Amino acid sequence: MSSRIIPTDETPGAKEAGVVYFIDRALVTFATDSQATYREGLAHVQALLAETFPGAKKFSAASLEQQDAVMEALSKETIPPKNRRANRLGGNAQPFFETLRYHTIAGFLIAPDVGRRGNRDGVGWKVIGRDPEHMFQPPFGALDKDYPGWQPVAAEKK
Amino acid sequence: MRTPRVQYQNSDEVDFVIIGSGAAGGILAKELSTNGFRVVVLEQGPYLHESDFSHDELKVLQEDLLTNHPKLQPNTFRKTPEDKAKPQRALVYGRAVGGTSNHFTANFWRFHEIDFIERTKLGAIPGSTFSDWPITYADLEPYYTKVEWEVGVSGLAGASPFDPPRSKPYPMPPLPVKSSGVLFERAARKLGLNPFPAPMAILSQPRPGRSACINCGFCLAFGCEVNAKSSSLASMIPIAEKTGRCEIRPNSYVHKIELDSRGRAVGAVYFDEKKNVHLQKAKAVIVSANGAETPRLLLLSASKQFPNGLANSSGYVGKNLMLNSGGISLGVFDEQLNDYKGFAVSRVLHDFYELDPQKVGFYGGGGIDARFDMTPINFAAGGGLPPDTPRWGKKFKDAIAHNFTRTVEIFSHGTSLPKEENSFSLDPDLKDAWGLPALRMTYKDHPDDIKLATWLNQYGLQILDAAGAKKKWSYPIEEQQFAVHLLGTCRMGGDPKTSVIDSDHRTHDVKNIFLCDGSSFVTSGRGQPTMTIEALAFRAADRIAALAKRGELSA
Repeated sequence: MSSRIIPTDETPGAKEAGVVYFIDRALVTFATDSQATYREGLAHVQALLAETFPGAKKFSAASLEQQDAVMEALSKETIPPKNRRANRLGGNAQPFFETLRYHTIAGFLIAPDVGRRGNRDGVGWKVIGRDPEHMFQPPFGALDKDYPGWQPVAAEKK
Repeated sequence: MRTPRVQYQNSDEVDFVIIGSGAAGGILAKELSTNGFRVVVLEQGPYLHESDFSHDELKVLQEDLLTNHPKLQPNTFRKTPEDKAKPQRALVYGRAVGGTSNHFTANFWRFHEIDFIERTKLGAIPGSTFSDWPITYADLEPYYTKVEWEVGVSGLAGASPFDPPRSKPYPMPPLPVKSSGVLFERAARKLGLNPFPAPMAILSQPRPGRSACINCGFCLAFGCEVNAKSSSLASMIPIAEKTGRCEIRPNSYVHKIELDSRGRAVGAVYFDEKKNVHLQKAKAVIVSANGAETPRLLLLSASKQFPNGLANSSGYVGKNLMLNSGGISLGVFDEQLNDYKGFAVSRVLHDFYELDPQKVGFYGGGGIDARFDMTPINFAAGGGLPPDTPRWGKKFKDAIAHNFTRTVEIFSHGTSLPKEENSFSLDPDLKDAWGLPALRMTYKDHPDDIKLATWLNQYGLQILDAAGAKKKWSYPIEEQQFAVHLLGTCRMGGDPKTSVIDSDHRTHDVKNIFLCDGSSFVTSGRGQPTMTIEALAFRAADRIAALAKRGELSA
C-alpha cells in the first residue's frame, strides 16, 4: 500500500526506500500505539477490496488499478487534517489512512543515516532534491548565488 | 573531558536554587555563580549534550527528545472559562538542560521602546488588561547588548531604520543570505519596505568551544550538534559549571516551593529520576520554569498561608497569557532555492512594527520574515504542500519532488493582547505521570489579534506576489489552540494588586522568591520573545545579586 502512496516511476518510490521494513520496525518501536490501527485498518482494506472487486483475494495480489481504487476509497473515508503546520502526527487517534500515509512519508524521507532503516540508500532525499550532506557552504540556491551583498536602501537608490 | 562538577547536598543551604535551566535559568545560573554565589539548578529534563542531538525527525518530533512529552505531561485545553477543558496537546516547551533555547528558531530581535509604554500611548483597550511595563527600553538596553555579546548574536546594527537605539554593534556579522532572503529583500523593496539581515542567535563566527553555523538544515526544533546555536546549554551553562559553585541537577522535577512558618521560602521540593522526593535547601528561590510551568508551580505550592497559590494575592498567577499572533503564507518558485540548507531566517522587516489603530482599525503590530524551516518529513506530511495537492500517488510524489527545493514560507509575527481569562491553571481532573494536577490552558484570541494576523498575512501574500511566486497560499487564520510562546502569566508591575512580581523580579508576596522567564512579560512584543527573556534574566541577576549583597534576602 505504501508503494501506492509514493509509487515507483522513473524515480524510486516507497518500495526502493524500504518503507515496508521501516514500518515493520516502527510498529515495534516508536509507533507501538499504532499496532491496533494497522490490524483493524488492514482488515478493513481487505473488506473494501472484496466489496469493490468480488473475487479479488489480497491487496498485494490485486492489479494496480484495483489497488488504486481501494486507496482512493480509503482516503475518501477520512477528512484530511486542515492545511496547517503540524510538526507531530497526532498519535494513535489518527485513522489508518493518515497513519499509513505518515509512516510512508517518514520511511521515505527520514535521514538515511540515523538508524531507522528507512530512506534506503538515500533514495527519498534524491527524489526531493535534498543533498545527503549535513554541512553546507553558501551559496545555497539559485538566487543567493549572485547576491551582491547587503546594501542600505539609500545607497541602492543612488 | 568535562570539568569536574560541584555537587551539593540537599541539606546544604545554597544561596540560590534556580528552577529551570533554559533561556532565563541558564543566564541567571551563569551570572550568579560567576558573581560568587552558590547555585543549584533543578532541571526537570535530562542533561543532553551536543553529541546526543540528532537529525532523526522521529526522535526529535514524534518522540519529543528535547520537549515536554504528552504521555508524561498531558494537558487540557478550553477556549473560555465557561467550557469544560478536554485533553489535547496545547503546548510545547524545552525539557532538557538548556530548555527551549536548545531548539528555538533563534530570531533575536530586541523589543522596541514602544513595547514598554504602549498602554500610556494608546490608552485602555476593551477586553484587555493591557498595561505598561514598570521598566523601559532604556533600562533593558545594556542587557540586550549583554545578550548579543555574551550569548552570541549575529546581525548588522543600523540595517533597520526602525531599530531602537543600541550602545554597541553586534559582536559578529549576519549569517549568509539564503535564496528566500534574496527574493524577500527584492520584493519588499519593490513594495517600498525596509528588509534587513535578520538578527539571529546563531554564530556566524566561531567562539571558544563553539563552531560557526555549518548550515546543516536541521535547525528549528533540533538541538545544535556543533554548539553554533546560542542556547543556554552551549553558551551559559559551561561557564556556570566552571565556577565550581554551580551544580546543574537534571531529572529533578520541582513540584513545590517549601516555606517556613514565617512564610519565607526555604527551598524547592522535587522528584528525582526514581520519583524519590527531596528538598533542596536555599536562601532564595528563583523560578525560571517557563510561562506555563512557573505559574503551575506556584499554584501547586498552595498552602494554608497561601490558599490560592503561592505569591498569588493578586489572583494573577497563570493569567494574562499571550501567545503572539501571526500568519504563515507559502510560495513555490521556479528556481531551485535549496532553502532547506542553513538556519531558518535570513531577512526580516519591521515596517509594520507599530500600526496606527486609527488607520487600520485594530491594535497591534509585527514583523515579517522569509524562511524555510521545514525538515523533509515535516514538509511532506505536515503542511508544506499547496492545499489542493493530492495526498497520495504519483501527483503527490511529483509535488514533493518539485516543491521541496522551491518553497518559501513568509511568517508574520505580532502582538497578542493580554486577557485575564487566557491562562494556565491546574486541571481539576487530569494528572501527570507523577500524580500532580496537569496544566489546563484557556485561550481565545482577542479580536484585534485575529485582525492583525489577517492584515499581516495579506502583506505576506503581496510579498510573495511581488517576488514572482508561481503558486501561493496561506494557512487559515484561526483562534489559536497551540502555544509555543508562553508569556505574561506572572506579570511584572508596580501594583501588587495587578501584578505578581516587582521590577526586581521579586514576588510581591514572598521576599525571597523571584520569577524570571516569559511569565514576567507585561506585553507580548512583536513575536520573538526569547531575546527579551534573556535580557530580563541578565538584568534580574544584577538586581537579585544587589539585594543579596545588601542582606535583603535573609531574615
